[in-house]
Amino acid sequence: MAKMNVPFLQTGALVVGNRLLEESDRSVQAWQDRPSCLTRGHRACQGCAEALAARWVLDTAMEVTDGQLMVANATGCLEVFSTLYPESAWKVPWIHSLFANSASVATGIAAVNRARGRSDIRVIAQGGDGGTADIGLACLSGMFERNDDVLYVCYDNQGYMNTGAQRSSATPPATRTATTPAVGRDPGAPFGQGKSVPRIAMAHDIPYVATATVADLRDLEAKVRTAMSHRGARYLHVLVTCPLGWGTKSSESIRMARLAVRCGLFPVFEAEYGQVTATTPIRDRVPVEDYLKPQRRFAHLFGPRGDEVALERIRRMAERNIRTYDLCREGA
Amino acid sequence: MHELIEGSKAVARAVALCRPDVVCAYPISPQTHIVEALSGMVRTGGLVDCDYINVESEFAAMSVAIGASAAGGRVYTATASQGLLYMAEAVYNASGLGLPIVMTVANRAIGAPINIWNDQSDSLSQRDSGWLQLFAIDNQDAVDLHIIAYRLAEEISIPIMVCMDGFVLTHATDVVDMPTQEMVDAFLPPFTPRAALDIEHPSSMGMMAGPDIFTETKYLAHRAMLGAIDRLEAASKEFAEVFGRRAGLPVRVLGTDDDAAPGRHGQIAVIAMGSVLGTLEAVLPSLREEGVDVHLIALGAFRPFPSEALARAIGQASRVVVIDRAIQVGIGGVLSGAVRRAMKGSPAPLHSVAAGLGGRPITQDSLAGIVRRAHAGNLGDLTFMDLRDDVIEKVS
Repeated sequence: MAKMNVPFLQTGALVVGNRLLEESDRSVQAWQDRPSCLTRGHRACQGCAEALAARWVLDTAMEVTDGQLMVANATGCLEVFSTLYPESAWKVPWIHSLFANSASVATGIAAVNRARGRSDIRVIAQGGDGGTADIGLACLSGMFERNDDVLYVCYDNQGYMNTGAQRSSATPPATRTATTPAVGRDPGAPFGQGKSVPRIAMAHDIPYVATATVADLRDLEAKVRTAMSHRGARYLHVLVTCPLGWGTKSSESIRMARLAVRCGLFPVFEAEYGQVTATTPIRDRVPVEDYLKPQRRFAHLFGPRGDEVALERIRRMAERNIRTYDLCREGA
Repeated sequence: MHELIEGSKAVARAVALCRPDVVCAYPISPQTHIVEALSGMVRTGGLVDCDYINVESEFAAMSVAIGASAAGGRVYTATASQGLLYMAEAVYNASGLGLPIVMTVANRAIGAPINIWNDQSDSLSQRDSGWLQLFAIDNQDAVDLHIIAYRLAEEISIPIMVCMDGFVLTHATDVVDMPTQEMVDAFLPPFTPRAALDIEHPSSMGMMAGPDIFTETKYLAHRAMLGAIDRLEAASKEFAEVFGRRAGLPVRVLGTDDDAAPGRHGQIAVIAMGSVLGTLEAVLPSLREEGVDVHLIALGAFRPFPSEALARAIGQASRVVVIDRAIQVGIGGVLSGAVRRAMKGSPAPLHSVAAGLGGRPITQDSLAGIVRRAHAGNLGDLTFMDLRDDVIEKVS
């Protein structure tokens, strides 16, 4: 891909920062002819971190594959806001089939490319946490266990945001959603439920599993590069803030994702063949309250009628993550 | 070359001759022998440049087929019964996306109660899915229909189910004239997709369509399905030129070469799909000797439904008997409902006969009895053939 410098005024601080780096270390977003796989004009909400993450993931993959990329998309926000016929925001060969089957559709694409001797064409499947952790889990697990040459990316906004913020199995405990309202004896989503898809992915012993957030886009980019350097099934789980579903300001999306990491509730790590190979240490740990309080979905935990019991349970969840992944290790 | 071969193995060989890029399937009786044979051919080099994918469900099977077809590949899968229902969402999606997938349905009943034996409830439950449905009379027909199906599906960009009666055909060993690779290659050109995922020309497939455009997509699908009747007849003719035999005719008056043959039309028209036609054919001569004026209509396609040709084939028959291998509970036979529609204003009474549900044997004696009752004018609108009164009495 030919590269041209982008004038500072067009792209902001990220590009400026990039100029201090060697060319090979610069973000794909720093170039004027960046692929813009998910281009402007789509209908995502202001502050939608899923749109941001999808753009970074696919643009990076486009650069790594030199444009030899096909994408299968699950039903959900990402599909709805990007394609209302006759307009499409996708500048890659892209297919949406159903809610539950993006992993299988990607398997089919990869199989034809292989049968035709075009294994240079790589395939990414993507969907939200509902399409990944819930309805699409069987297809995802099938793709994993067959070790099909697909990178699956889950943009996790912790609920069914496209249909009005209902609970998914990726919704954290105590979260107020449309189907776990903040009423009754145990308001919000129940404790003791939910699942970790990254750990499920690791249990398949696939070549590469990683988590990331929109708070560290260069890290996300690096993980896409690592993922694309492997063949076989790979899984990337990206925490993406949803201002509408979380009840946060559109301008706070990056900060919210950063706080999720810094309080220990969202561990950032990489794993190869079922073993954790790297974790991102927490540099400046904050209490979970710093992350929860700005979000209206957790408003019932605070104030005069707050829920100290629930808060304590959430603190213990953060502690457990920090212990499990050694996130506050010495020297970090 | 003529061979004594099991129906499933013959179909697998026919599919292999069509040079698929991807075969993906989930095992379900009575489809298993077909996909077992194909997986073996991929492993042993009998089917080259093809990937066999063991998927975790029928839903995944159709989804992998969708991805592979969208990427420009020729794709095959097979299923039956519960499996077809489990993949139903993806079945509708494949036709909506215009992907020319070919799928064998080894027709089997749907539970509960669970039942692995043959009727046609499974594929007929998908009658509104936008797929073509071709029905095989025997194993030769099943082989030939798969080859025609690929040709036709890819011409019109609509997926096709080739339906063959489970066990009755899939597990029956019979003499089949197996086509050669040269013949299939002469009839079936390499797949050129109408639209596909393409690196050079990126496009978005499966976009959301609003109220401003959705009606038009359904209208165009309807029009394309209607047009498929002529295309099927044309493909059938060309097939005959290459292979020296007819297959794929939407409607055929048995014992004749086409539906128009005058002189073979009787007072009673019997209409059926699938292997039961063989049994009916065996019964008819003796009935005619008894003086029952009857002719037998083989429906080779349920979708597209060849209404006009069927009406011609019924001709001036004063009674119509439809052998229904699937029923719509509370309404009646699935096939007879469609036949009634095709008959429009015809005054001839239509008798629906629900027969062979869940593998109940359809005997020559029972069929002859049904036709005799129609002849005598004492066959009802809907008859459950060989209904066990002893069981019904216990319940009521």
